[in-house]
Amino acid sequence: MSKNKIRAEIVDKLKKLGEQLEKEIQKNKDPEFKMPIRTLSNAYFDDKDKLIRLGDKVQTRNFFNVGQSRKFMQTALIAAQIKELLEQDKPSISTRQLYYILKRTIEGLKENTFEEQTESDPIIEDLEVSIDALREDLGLEPTPDGVFSGPIKYTDLKTGDEIDCSKMGTAGAAIPANTEPGVVEFGKCTAKYVLVVEKFAVWSILNQLKYWKTNNCIVITGKGQAGRSTRRLVARLNKELKLPVYIFADFDPYGYYIYSVYKQGSINLAFFSEKAGCPEAKYIGLKYDDVKQFKIPKSNFIRLTDQDMKRLKEIKNYEWFKKKEWQDEIKKAMDFGYKIESDALVSKTIEFMADTYLPKVIKDKDWLD
Amino acid sequence: MADENHKQVSVAEFFEKNRHLLGFNNPSKALLTSVKEAVDNSLDACEDANILPEIEVKIQELKRGKYRMIVEDNGPGLNRKVLEKAFGSLLFGSKFRSIGGKQGRGQQGIGISAVILYGQLTTGKPAKITSRTSKEKEAREYTMHIDVKTNEPDVIASDVKNWKKEHGTRVEVEMEGKYVSTRQSPYEFIKQTAVVNPHAQLTYTDPEGKKHKFPRVVDKLPRKAKEVKPHPSGVEFGLFKRMSKDTSARSTKSFLTNDFDKVGSGTANNILETAKVEGQILPKLLSDDQLYEIHEAIKTTKIMNPSTDCLSPIGAEALAKSLESEYDLEFTKAISRNPTVYRGFPFQVEVAIGYGGELDQEGSAKLNRFSNKVPLLYEEGSCALTKGVKSITWKSYGLHNSSGSMPTGPAVIVIHIASTWVPFTSESKAAVSNYPAISKEIKLAIQEAGRSLQIYVRKKRKTGLEEEKRKKFKGYASEVAGAVAKLIANDSYKIKKDDLEKSVAKIEKSLLKTAETMYLSGKELDEVEEKDE
Repeated sequence: MSKNKIRAEIVDKLKKLGEQLEKEIQKNKDPEFKMPIRTLSNAYFDDKDKLIRLGDKVQTRNFFNVGQSRKFMQTALIAAQIKELLEQDKPSISTRQLYYILKRTIEGLKENTFEEQTESDPIIEDLEVSIDALREDLGLEPTPDGVFSGPIKYTDLKTGDEIDCSKMGTAGAAIPANTEPGVVEFGKCTAKYVLVVEKFAVWSILNQLKYWKTNNCIVITGKGQAGRSTRRLVARLNKELKLPVYIFADFDPYGYYIYSVYKQGSINLAFFSEKAGCPEAKYIGLKYDDVKQFKIPKSNFIRLTDQDMKRLKEIKNYEWFKKKEWQDEIKKAMDFGYKIESDALVSKTIEFMADTYLPKVIKDKDWLD
Repeated sequence: MADENHKQVSVAEFFEKNRHLLGFNNPSKALLTSVKEAVDNSLDACEDANILPEIEVKIQELKRGKYRMIVEDNGPGLNRKVLEKAFGSLLFGSKFRSIGGKQGRGQQGIGISAVILYGQLTTGKPAKITSRTSKEKEAREYTMHIDVKTNEPDVIASDVKNWKKEHGTRVEVEMEGKYVSTRQSPYEFIKQTAVVNPHAQLTYTDPEGKKHKFPRVVDKLPRKAKEVKPHPSGVEFGLFKRMSKDTSARSTKSFLTNDFDKVGSGTANNILETAKVEGQILPKLLSDDQLYEIHEAIKTTKIMNPSTDCLSPIGAEALAKSLESEYDLEFTKAISRNPTVYRGFPFQVEVAIGYGGELDQEGSAKLNRFSNKVPLLYEEGSCALTKGVKSITWKSYGLHNSSGSMPTGPAVIVIHIASTWVPFTSESKAAVSNYPAISKEIKLAIQEAGRSLQIYVRKKRKTGLEEEKRKKFKGYASEVAGAVAKLIANDSYKIKKDDLEKSVAKIEKSLLKTAETMYLSGKELDEVEEKDE
């Protein structure tokens, strides 16, 4: 679907939403927004597609309800603003900029339409779900946070520039805020797989050692919990270019969860999973068995905190971690009582990760699925 | 009762030496004390004669720090003989009555004669007293001063006066003074007096010539306090001994039953038995040891509480009415506790709380203290009435205070203690002593009134919230209308300002109409938070 057509369709959806509200208002009814609930209670693991999806529980947001009227007003304001921006074909703006556009003092009150960006951000997500359109298509850009490098070229359709990701120096190629097909068009790619690393520091070493050249792959980091555009990029590389995806994260509950978000999506953005999920991604490490196999020195162990243990228990209960290999892994991690950061491998040698560890686990298919 | 000892000392000397004790320590206090003595005198005189008091007070500024005070009442008036004694000799009258007796303002001060003496000492001028006892009699003005050597009245002139009043008394004294308009001003004193004397009509003309009227609120005189005999448990040993010498009783038993309240034959027998003293002994012949034993026995013998009809409370209804007439208030609650006893003295606590209206929203609440219907304007900090207020956790009663301090908020608190013997902390009689029984009554009274206040404040706060809610919906409605108007427009950025405004107004009107019907139907906009997990 062309960019313009998508835009026209969303404008139309927003207009219909407005007409519905107006009808209710003129009939002196309590106007309401309907939207799927975006919490764990309404998220489920789709076993067939291996993705976290939203269920069909719907919540209503009413104007004539003391606890909801402010949010109702904010939702209406954001919807109207998005529509106005799309109608004018303006450049995409960040969610922070949208917040600034709409923040003002309400007449006759000592309060603002929005006090914090934390008020507007979740409402944007509510709208995405309720009119079934991605934020990127609404003309809103998430803050880009990822970098990548490797033997792949792409064209930025907004500017027309062609970018060669093998020639981006030590900084690598920044992942655009919008990685949808309307903006990022893949060009020539000779990579055989995608290596996603949790940490920027790890990515930086691999990039400097030109791991991607030696191993003919793309190396990406989302700098911790990945943002939307990074996840979308990984998913597109997997789906459109059929590249296998390997994930290298810390040996701790957060590393596990970061992996699962790339793979199945997150609860909060479950509606986004279909587009950003990557069910075939593998977890190559760090994992419990690596400790013995690679003789990771005890000095690199960090004791698990109570918080870590709690998080491990939660993860163990998630539907999408119910596979035996994961249940075993988590149990071993809990018995072990320590966590290890992926950076720690440099304590052997700086090159150990690039020369020994990563090629070996990938070659041996030594991963968790 | 002007007694021998006092006559031997020069009255002027005595007065000079004791000025601080008598309320004349500085010019501003002296002026206030003078007003107080004169007004108390007038109120007592009117009430004793069953007359609804009408009292006019004037203060005029003269040259060089001198003031003229004029107090005029509609009391019964006095004939020359009584007048001379009352106004012309120090320590005359019922002021220094013995224990027991009845509740009166008189206990509170030194007497009007001291005012005349003070004026005479500071200006050298005599006082002018006018009095008339009935329509048939003529009014007379006496120009008089006090002979400080003999403590005798000295009438310089006595003139027939043409007076409109059928009966009453008018006192005019010039004195050194200083006029202040603080919490301790004559104005404040009169205003507060009006609060606790709702049956009195007071008029006050200040030095600037401004007339303040405090109208009568109730047309009924307060219940008259009855004279009662002293209750034995309130009598100190010294007085007890003196009474035993002065009594006309022929036996110790009849001394106990005749001269004391609530001592019947049985109780007297119990006391005497415990003290191991024969009841037939002539009281005058009792030895100090025997007297001591009897006095001790009184403490351990069960004796009925003193009679309480010697008290004259203001009454809750009158107090509330009166407070409302002096202040513009939203809420008033007055409590009149039942009489009770401390150390053998009957007393009664009354509390009124006024809230809102003209009162300062921030800052400390006002506290007006009274004993026997006389305002206490000095020594607030050391007074049991103040301490009682501070001991309350006001948060539970609609106001706020940090522990041990005065509450803040738009409130005026009135506390009145009526007693045949109000225990003052010192001779200046401005602060009530902290007896546990009294403190307890004060606290209970405040709490009782406070509970009503809390209900009111809570309700008001709720109404305020409702108002706030409506305001919010109105503000939100205009934002929502603006957004919806843009949502339904084609190319909303192109829409003409006029058209947009029309559309917004229409939507907003509908929203507000819906809101209004919801309020009216009482279908109160429920408060359901969205679920978040």
